Amino acid sequence: MLAISSSYSLNTQRLKRFQSLIALLLLCVILTVLSDKFFSSENGLNVLRQTAVNICIATGMTLVILTGGIDLSVGSILALCGAATAGLLKNGMVLPSLDIFIGFTVLGAILAAMLIGWLIGLFNGFVITKFNVPPFVATLAMLTIARGFTMLYTQGQPISNLGQQFVYIGAGSFLGIPVPVWIAALVVLIAAFITQKTKLGRYIYAIGGNETAAKFSGINVSKVKMVVYAMAGAMAAIGGIIVTSRLDSAQPNAGISYELDAIAAVVIGGTSLSGGRGTVWGTVMGAIIIGVLNNGLVLLNVSPFWQQVVKGAVILLAVIIDKLGDKKE
Amino acid sequence: MLIAKNITKKFSGVTALNNICLELHPGKVNAIIGENGAGKSTLMKIFSGVHTQYEGDIIYNGNKVQFASTKDAEEAGIAIIHQELNLVPHLSITENIFLGREITNAFGILNKKNMCEQTKLLLKKVNLNLHPDTLIYKLKVGQQQLVEIAKALHTNAEVIIMDEPTSAITDKEVDNLFAIIDELTANNKTIAYISHKLNELFQKADRYTVLRDGATIGAGEMKDITHDELVEKMAGRKIMIERNTMNAASNEPLLQLKNICLQNPENSGDNVVHNVSLTLHKGEVIGVYGLMGAGRTELMETIFGLHPSLSSGELYMESKSKKFKSPADAIKAGIMLIPEDRKSQGLCLDLTVRDNICITVLDKLQQWDIFLNKRKETALSKAYIQQLSIKTASQETQVRNLSGGNQQKIVLAKWLAKTPKVLLLDEPTRGIDVGAKSEIYKLIKEMAAKGLGVIVVSSEIPEILALANRVLVMCEGKLTADMPVAEATESNMLTYALHRN
Ligand SMILES: Nc1ncnc2c1ncn2[C@@H]1O[C@H](COP(=O)(O)OP(=O)(O)OP(=O)(O)O)[C@@H](O)[C@H]1O
Ligand SMILES: [Mg+2]
Repeated sequence: MLAISSSYSLNTQRLKRFQSLIALLLLCVILTVLSDKFFSSENGLNVLRQTAVNICIATGMTLVILTGGIDLSVGSILALCGAATAGLLKNGMVLPSLDIFIGFTVLGAILAAMLIGWLIGLFNGFVITKFNVPPFVATLAMLTIARGFTMLYTQGQPISNLGQQFVYIGAGSFLGIPVPVWIAALVVLIAAFITQKTKLGRYIYAIGGNETAAKFSGINVSKVKMVVYAMAGAMAAIGGIIVTSRLDSAQPNAGISYELDAIAAVVIGGTSLSGGRGTVWGTVMGAIIIGVLNNGLVLLNVSPFWQQVVKGAVILLAVIIDKLGDKKE
Repeated sequence: MLIAKNITKKFSGVTALNNICLELHPGKVNAIIGENGAGKSTLMKIFSGVHTQYEGDIIYNGNKVQFASTKDAEEAGIAIIHQELNLVPHLSITENIFLGREITNAFGILNKKNMCEQTKLLLKKVNLNLHPDTLIYKLKVGQQQLVEIAKALHTNAEVIIMDEPTSAITDKEVDNLFAIIDELTANNKTIAYISHKLNELFQKADRYTVLRDGATIGAGEMKDITHDELVEKMAGRKIMIERNTMNAASNEPLLQLKNICLQNPENSGDNVVHNVSLTLHKGEVIGVYGLMGAGRTELMETIFGLHPSLSSGELYMESKSKKFKSPADAIKAGIMLIPEDRKSQGLCLDLTVRDNICITVLDKLQQWDIFLNKRKETALSKAYIQQLSIKTASQETQVRNLSGGNQQKIVLAKWLAKTPKVLLLDEPTRGIDVGAKSEIYKLIKEMAAKGLGVIVVSSEIPEILALANRVLVMCEGKLTADMPVAEATESNMLTYALHRN
């Protein structure tokens, strides 16, 4: 029937999957040559620790982008949930009308913050699916709203001194590896499992690929989207907890423009902004590339202004290379 | 004369064309025939500058040519009507027809009036009664196909390639297209004509070339070959599609419609579907025939819950009254619709063959209700790839890379796998070759024998006669006939389709 020479199409796909890994290795080699401080396990762990937050957010962003959407509110959700963790931990919750005071353990505060992130995301999804508001607009509005609530809750002041136990999350290590890295790895594993191995994951790709066809296939498009935005919210909350813990303080200005770094990681990782194509692994690579680049530029004493220029150029380059790979017939 | 000489074309490991030769004669209708995936569209895309990398030569009026782009081919006088619809949904008919060749004045400002006037003439020529400013996404597939034809005519090309131009239009528009073709060939234009509707070819084509697996099998004059010989050349075996003469096995009602109406979204005084009542029994196949604009697709969509706010009437599923607010509701009740437009409603083109086939039945393919069992997925898609003889390099191939007919087979596989109680089929075999068609008819009849109720909308009378136990005809939103298949003939179906009160 068909003349098939081995499985070329598979090979190119596999190559594409490793494209960002190759880029990352190349970047590492260059930096190792240029700076003698770069290649050490200490610096490596340092990079990973700094990247962990972006990995968490970008993983949620990947799910959203795979459905063909976008979430601009993650930076603000991060700040609000970080503040909520700190506030609940330190001051608990007072219900004045009922005269009730609820104190929170570390675990309780964390779960509450994740629930808040989940609910905000769910609200995003609800607005997007129920009222047909474009995701860009809905989450742009949420970016401001959540930031506003953060300011209201914190009164614009940092909430600090959160206790030794809580600080372990952001600053501690387990088996020699920073705790944030363990957390990010867990988030990534869960998301990768969902996208690659479950019904929900398949529906996410189908909706991003062709929403009408998904609807005709009997997929409950609204439900899937709501879950996806909720997950993105919860993952942003996890990022918020890590940031707060690392600084031992919730900053009302935390997470500003983090959504851009997350989107950059997703795009560098080869996920199509129009949805339906991409992987969580790619995003992890993308986030690490950004992290390594940041780290390398600092080690090389590049001025902060030039750092921004270089970072932007790398994003462009990565995407152009990705597109060139697509073009070939 | 346009000649392809020893053309070979490979797509990342798949050989689509293998040393193929073909001649297109001026003033003639040159039919190109072959099974799904034979390479017809690929060759046409080389002629028209879509694929620019290939081995071999294209010779046009005695000179070797190599087009760098579609624009290049167009300037040389070669226009193509693609098999897949290629219009921009949110632009108007005029804007689509003049896309890339807009008429402007000396300052570069668009001359809208001129373009609109020209579009009006073109639409009149192809018999499409719509305003030139209508946006494309509002058009049905058949109407879009007419716009594509108008667009190709507008280029005034010497060679016009028509890749399944009639797959979604009805007999009336086909006759009209044939009149246009006559006019073109009288002016010594070259027509390349691809179609799986063989009777069309015997009506209109002068010459034929048969392709199989990317190679030329034979060529000659249409008048020297019979229908059966042609089928055998094409498929390598004899294929008979027989008329159905049976009535449904049971008279247990499955789906009942009472006075279903659907308002015209543009004009609330007007109904696109008007007081349709019918009963579908268990194991019955109902065929719905009609001309373009008869409201057949709209009727299917209404049943499927796609127009909850514009429709009225009663619907009973297994004697229980139902009101579907969305397709999800209809699917829950056991009703599935296989949509007519595979590209925009049927497939996720970027997903693999396997993922597309399995998407409707993932519930059944899970392990412990948590994750997907890849072995089950592979087995299911393998079964359908074999049963419908889907030609694909592997299960992991993106559906985008399949030929048109094979994509359509995926659409069928996807919904047949779901095994609903009621299956609504809208032009199910659009672009599918005769051999695969007969397999699909067999499969649908087998499923009906097990109790499935089927309503099939088709513009091909032979298809309805082969499948249906009962034939309905619609005209302008109303049912004009409801008869057992034994009473249906080509001529009475056409009469009812034109029947106006
Ligand atoms: N872009 C592509 N990438 C990979 N393979 C392709 C691509 N386009 C076509 N093919 C393969 O080339 C072969 C010929 O396809 P083509 O579209 O020419 O068939 P066809 O004769 O037009 O069939 P149909 O009657 O179904 O339209 C098919 O096996 C198809 O899978
Ligand atoms: Mg084709």
